[in-house]
Amino acid sequence: MNSPYSRREFLRSGLVLASATASVPAFLNSSALAMHARAGGLTSVPGVPDDHILVVLQLSGGNDGLNTVVPFGASEYYKARPGISIPEREALKIGDGIGFHPQLAPLKDLYDDGMCTVVQGVGYPNPNRSHFKSMDIWHTADTTATGDGWLGRYFDAECCGFGKGESGTVETPAAERVEDAASGPPGIAIGRAAPLAMQGRKIKPVSFESAELFKWSAQDLNKALRDGYETLNRRSITTPKDTNSNFLVRTALDAQVSSDMIRKAVSQRPLVQYPQGDIARQLQMVALMIRAGLKTRVYYVTHGSFDTHAGQGGAQGRHAQLLNQFAGALKAFYSDLKAQRNDSRVLTMSFSEFGRRVGQNASAGTDHGTAAPMFLCGPMVRRGVVGEHPSLRDLDEGDLKYKIDFRAVYAGILDGWLKADSKTVLETTFKPVEVLSKTQKTVATER
Amino acid sequence: MPLTQPANPPDTQPNAGTEDLGDARLATSLRPVSKDAFGEAHARHLLWRAGFGGTAEQVALLVRWGPEKSVDHILNFDKVPGEPVAVDTFDRTIMRPPDRNEREMYRAAQRAQDENKLAELRKMRQDREQADRQQMAKLQKWWLTRMIETPRPLEEKLTLFWHGHFATNYRTIENSYHMFMQNQMFRANAAGNFGDILHAIIKDPAMIAYLDNNDSRKGRPNENLAREIMELFSLGVGNYTEKDIKEGARALTGYTFEDDDFVFQPRNHDNGEKRILGRSGNIKGEDFVDIILNQPACARYISRKLYHYFVADVPTDERGGDKTLDPAQRAVLRQMADTLRVNRYALKPVLKRLFLSEHFYEPRFRNQQIKGPVVLVVGAIRSLNTPPRDLSILNDALDLMGQRIFFPPSVKGWDGGRSWINTSTLFVRQNVLAFLLTGKKPQGFDPTADTQKFDALAVLGEVRDPDAAVERVLRVTLGQSPSATAQALREYLRAAGDRVTQETVTGMLLLATAAPEYQLC
Repeated sequence: MNSPYSRREFLRSGLVLASATASVPAFLNSSALAMHARAGGLTSVPGVPDDHILVVLQLSGGNDGLNTVVPFGASEYYKARPGISIPEREALKIGDGIGFHPQLAPLKDLYDDGMCTVVQGVGYPNPNRSHFKSMDIWHTADTTATGDGWLGRYFDAECCGFGKGESGTVETPAAERVEDAASGPPGIAIGRAAPLAMQGRKIKPVSFESAELFKWSAQDLNKALRDGYETLNRRSITTPKDTNSNFLVRTALDAQVSSDMIRKAVSQRPLVQYPQGDIARQLQMVALMIRAGLKTRVYYVTHGSFDTHAGQGGAQGRHAQLLNQFAGALKAFYSDLKAQRNDSRVLTMSFSEFGRRVGQNASAGTDHGTAAPMFLCGPMVRRGVVGEHPSLRDLDEGDLKYKIDFRAVYAGILDGWLKADSKTVLETTFKPVEVLSKTQKTVATER
Repeated sequence: MPLTQPANPPDTQPNAGTEDLGDARLATSLRPVSKDAFGEAHARHLLWRAGFGGTAEQVALLVRWGPEKSVDHILNFDKVPGEPVAVDTFDRTIMRPPDRNEREMYRAAQRAQDENKLAELRKMRQDREQADRQQMAKLQKWWLTRMIETPRPLEEKLTLFWHGHFATNYRTIENSYHMFMQNQMFRANAAGNFGDILHAIIKDPAMIAYLDNNDSRKGRPNENLAREIMELFSLGVGNYTEKDIKEGARALTGYTFEDDDFVFQPRNHDNGEKRILGRSGNIKGEDFVDIILNQPACARYISRKLYHYFVADVPTDERGGDKTLDPAQRAVLRQMADTLRVNRYALKPVLKRLFLSEHFYEPRFRNQQIKGPVVLVVGAIRSLNTPPRDLSILNDALDLMGQRIFFPPSVKGWDGGRSWINTSTLFVRQNVLAFLLTGKKPQGFDPTADTQKFDALAVLGEVRDPDAAVERVLRVTLGQSPSATAQALREYLRAAGDRVTQETVTGMLLLATAAPEYQLC
């Protein structure tokens, strides 16, 4: 390369968003690098499994929890939803009076194999019914919906030892590992927008919509162009100032470094056949990136829209189809991972910004509600159902009352699976929900 | 600098009366830029920020004109002959509500349980919805074309500003003609008076439908419109209470529309006593708007939004966000708010002062704004004279880059600034430029690659010397020549035997527009 900067130089500078308060940019660079190395599975802390991966699956638009995990044992359910309820005989029973929506059959298979757990009645106090506000609350893990993303804070904390409100330092920069840092960014989101959840103050996710769009289209026109392009987009920043131009130079570098790697990974054929649909396409790409050995810790995919205000259907129909795509994709994903022998490394968490109201509306749909179940999948999860199905008798103005704060689920994942300190990342003490199986828990307590 | 300012010049001392000092504060805020200082960088800055950029020739023309004449030409665009918009540009009948006959037919079919007839009526409805979505796509292309071709760029840039400020999404209201009417209302008032726009918005069918005011009636008011008016359209969080929203919602009950026209329904309106922001009485929707316009916070909020759009990223929420502003910026924001108030919300005086101010042209603001996707695309076509090629593809690209016009992501509009940029959108941004310049698509070429040739050499004017060509390409695309970028272009040209041809100039333009700095203006 003709750049005046060495490969090592540009990699280093690309990994960090130097903030305006940074007085020692070189030091900050190396601390971000250390994070990258750790997130990349290069940590040398003894006893900490360093190859754990989290996949976040967002169900956008507000998934109807009551028609997902169906309380067929409650007569109130049928009274409130005369047109759209799931008959008891069609529900796939998982417990006393509750069962999966029939279109979740593939997920039921995972459940029966001990590879899926349901966390019941998840929400937060004073629920907000605006899509974007509530989504921001889930993304920031903050009921005022302000601040960085919770996964971004996890990245930042791993990097620099600071959480939500303070800056800090890292003790052991791993500058020597820089070459390996190119083997995958800490977070990858599939889609055109990088989710707020993954936006840290220093670490930003790499996002892409499809492999085809994740490169410069003119690069094939001739080689001289390609060389010039690389020089322009693989540059080191010359000042630590937090300007828009530095931000762009860094993002350009991130894009270049990850483009070839990601496109190469996702151009392979998967080991199993995936069903049709966009969520299947996304999970297939995640499986391919895992198989290619990217050292990425967190992947982010989205499915929906679940905003079923009208004509949502029951055992069949619009909502049913979305659930079918969701469950089918997840089952194929874990078959693929199993064939790769990577299944035990990958925990998947699904969530939605809210559930829907108990009663159906006049358009045979449901309006924005509150608490809903979350799914956690993978061989490491605790078998069965966590928590109780929220009561259909004890409602809050027609809405379910939440039982488990979503941040307690995050805490369980951060502490138990990502081996991070949930208190630092979430800046609050939620008693972590035990979402992992006993053997996993043992590992966690040994720490 | 030989002399330093005293640490605390008298006019920047904290002082309860500073808001009213008026012109005494000019020295530190909106002092006019001098004619002699107004060079190419200034002209370019003005063209990009108050419009969608310009060609090298347009930059040179503005330099010759100087700041006064340039700003006058740009701001008083009503004097520039433009293409008037006919009300029948689009079909207003597609989504008209069913008339009495049709309703009767439907009821009869329901009574008779005539499934065939009902299915036929449903099909008719679906066909109309589909036709309306097609008209929506036409409307998007129409506006995009207008932005590309207009001789009055500020008119369209302000129309885009109001579209983001009073964000309304077609997907929710499903009526393309109402979106067109709203767009026309923004255009008609683009540089007019903010008070007029706020008054018009409570009677705008698209907005009424978007924020559910058509469901708001006495006894069960819907708070959506009143809330967003105060929170996002005029005052900003912290300048009103929840009670004000509830009372404002009562004032707006009965404000709805029929077909394409605003109607006030007296029997759905709450005529009772209300108290909003300290004023009491039988407050109507119009009074509610006037009470808001009388709040100093309103002028402050609109000034911030204008500053954010035209000058630099500033937090639009004034609570706690001011830490990042320096004293000069705070003084400018105060001056802008004062100018708005003194002129009773007329927009031209405040924009004129801003565009003529030294502050506006400060080097720290130049080439530091991240272009929104629309500005990126329209600006590239206008400043380089590329063919627009395929408006459908450009619309798809705008969507991928996060700015689908008429479909803002929420009532907050677009956040702008750094939120435009991530690794995914950055490639789309580079690729849409490659598409405009060459017709190259991620896979293969567009048919227009052969039929619509881009004249790259025209960008150079008379220049044919290799060094000068590099310099010229960089000046047109980036408005600066960062050494690393200049070096990359120079090396590319050298590898091509220093031949300055359509092909090599296109190559240099491909490179320059793929440089990170091209995302800035």
